[in-house]
Amino acid sequence: MTTSTALPPAPVPPVSARPRFKKQVPHNVKTSRRAAWIFAPSLLVSFVFVYVFIGITVYISLSNWKIGTSPDLTLRQPFGGTYGEIIQEQRFQADIRNVVIFTVIFLVLAILGGLIAALFIHHVTVGKGLFRTVFLLPYALSFIVTGVAWRWIFAPSTGVNEILRSIGIQNPPGWTTDTTILGALNDPSGTDFLKVQLGVPVALLPIIFAAAWQLVGFAMAMYLAGLASIPEEYMEAASVDGANTWQRLRLIVLPQLWPSTITCFVLLLHVALKIFDLVVAMSGSGPGFVTDVPGIYIYNYLTSRYDKASAMAIILLLLTLAVIVPYLIRGYRKERKA
Amino acid sequence: MAVETLEPTPSQPAPAVRRNPGTLAPKPRSWSIPKTPGGWIVLAVCTLATLGMLVPVYVIITTALSGSTGAPNFFLAFPDAPSLDAFKGAWTKLHGSLANSLQITIPAAVISCLLGSLNGYLLSKFPFRGSNALFTVLLVGMFIPFQAVIIPVFQFLNMLQLQGSLIGLIVVHIIYGIPITTLIFRNYYEGIPSAIVEAAAIDGAGIWKTYLRVMLPLSVPGFVVAGIFQCTNIWNDFLFGFILASPAAWPATVTLNNLIGTTTVDYSELMAGAVLVALPTVVLYLVLGKFFVSGLTAGAVK
Repeated sequence: MTTSTALPPAPVPPVSARPRFKKQVPHNVKTSRRAAWIFAPSLLVSFVFVYVFIGITVYISLSNWKIGTSPDLTLRQPFGGTYGEIIQEQRFQADIRNVVIFTVIFLVLAILGGLIAALFIHHVTVGKGLFRTVFLLPYALSFIVTGVAWRWIFAPSTGVNEILRSIGIQNPPGWTTDTTILGALNDPSGTDFLKVQLGVPVALLPIIFAAAWQLVGFAMAMYLAGLASIPEEYMEAASVDGANTWQRLRLIVLPQLWPSTITCFVLLLHVALKIFDLVVAMSGSGPGFVTDVPGIYIYNYLTSRYDKASAMAIILLLLTLAVIVPYLIRGYRKERKA
Repeated sequence: MAVETLEPTPSQPAPAVRRNPGTLAPKPRSWSIPKTPGGWIVLAVCTLATLGMLVPVYVIITTALSGSTGAPNFFLAFPDAPSLDAFKGAWTKLHGSLANSLQITIPAAVISCLLGSLNGYLLSKFPFRGSNALFTVLLVGMFIPFQAVIIPVFQFLNMLQLQGSLIGLIVVHIIYGIPITTLIFRNYYEGIPSAIVEAAAIDGAGIWKTYLRVMLPLSVPGFVVAGIFQCTNIWNDFLFGFILASPAAWPATVTLNNLIGTTTVDYSELMAGAVLVALPTVVLYLVLGKFFVSGLTAGAVK
C-alpha cells in the first residue's frame, strides 16, 4: 500500500462461512521443500526491501550523512544525536501534535460515520446498492484528487466561507491558513522544551474532514460485511424475547461488530499516521507548520539532511508498528488455532 | 434474553445468512417502498447523507465546467455557461503523465498479481514448516510507511541507473505489491478445495504443472479482485512518483498536484485535471464494484 488511499484488504467478518480445505492436503517433505524454494525469491526480495532497507535507514539516522550525493557514514557523536536534535525542534513537536490530533478526530469521524451509515444502509428498503456505491466512491479516488476538491471547498475566499458569510459570520476562519489553536493548553515561551501550543489547530480541520470523507466508505463497507454475517436467528430470538431496537443494537449488533471495529481502527489508524499526499495537496506545511505532518517533514529533509529525514522516518515507523504488529500477531495466533 | 449464549465462535463456520427460513413468508423483494414511518425516516436519512457525500463530487464537476468564464458567484451554483475549455487545458498539461501512469500501472499490476498468485498458491496448498510465520513477516511490508525505506530505495535505483525512470517505478511498485497480492491470493485459494490439487498430484502433476494447468484457470476471480486493487493503488500512488520519478516519468497524480501553482490556482483547470485523473479508477469502481468491495473484505489477516 502506498500512502495513497488504498488500505490493505481487511479481515473477513469474524465468522466466515467459507469452507477451509487447507488441512486436507497430503504433502510429503519433498514437495514442501520444493514449495519453500519457489517461495524463497519473493520472500528474499521482500526481506531486503523491507527489513534490510529499514536497517539502513536506522543506520543513516545514527550517522553523519547529510546530503544524498556525499555519503558520510561515520556515526554521529554523541550516539543518537540526531534524535536528540529533532525532538527539540518546534517543527518536530508541531508534527507530533498534528498527527495525534489528526488521527484522533479522523478515527472518530470515520468509524462512527461508517457505523451509522452502515446501520442505516443495512436497513433501508430502497436503493441500498446506490447508497453503498456513493459512500464508497471517494475511496476509489487518489488523495490528490480529494485534496484538490477540498482545497477549493475550504479556500478562504470561497466555498464554505461564502455560506458562513451569508449567515452573518463576518470573519470566517482562514481554514488551512489559519494559525488559531483551539483549546490551547499552554503558552510556550522561548526557553521551554515544548515549543508548540498543544491543542486543536483550526487549519487541520478541513484536512480531517477531507480524509474522513474519503475513508468513511471503507468503514461502512467493513461494518456492512459485519452486519451481513450476524445470523438472523440472533435477531429473531431477541425479538421473541421482547428486546426493543435499542436493546438489540446494544446487546447483539454492536458486540457482533466488534471485530469490524478493530479492523477499521487498525487500518485507518495506520493511514492517518502515514498521511502525506492529502496534506501536500491541501496545504503543505502551513504557516508555522500548523498543518505539517511527519511525511512532509521527511520529504523536505530528503534534499538537505538525510540523517534528520531518516530519524523522523524511524519514529513514524515505530508509531505504525506499535499498532500493526500486535494486530498481525493476533492474526497469526488465530491462524495457528484454526 | 438469550444473549449470553450468543458469543461468536470463530472456529466454527457460521450458518449461511438465511433470508427466509420458513416457507410461509414469501421471499422479500430486494427492494420495496417503506411500509412504516421508521422505514421512511431511514430512507430520508440515507438520501440526505448520500447527497452530502456527493457535494465534493458536484463541486469538482461544476467548477471544471465553469471554464474560462470564471467560477459562478456561489460555489454550489451550476455555471451559467458550462464549457469544456478547462478540460482542453488540463488535457494538454496532463496527457503525458496520464500515459506514464498507464505505463506504470499495467505492468506493475500484472506482474505483482502473478507473483502474488504463485505465492498464495504455495502458502495455501503446500504449507511448509514455518510458512505461516514467514507469511506474517512478509505482511509487515504492506503496512510500513514507505518513508522508512525511501532513501535506500532511491540509492538502490541510482546504483542500477533506474533512478527517475518508469522502469524504476514499476520495479518498486511490484516489490512493495507482493505482500498484498500474496495475501489476497492465499485467501482466495483457501476457498478452492484441496482435492483438486490432490487429484492433480495423483495424476502425476508436480507443483508447477498443477499451478499452470489446474490453479491458474480457476484463478480468474482472484485476478480480478487483486488486479483492481493493485491498479487502483498504483494509479493513485503519489509518494513514490513524487520522490522517485524525474519530470518525464511523473505519474498523473504528481502532475496534478503541480498544477496547484505557488501563487494563483486556476481552479477550473485544476478540477478538470482532477476529473481526468480520477476517471480511470472511478470507472473501474463503477463497472466492477462487486470485485472492488471483495478486495476490501476478502483478503484477510485473520
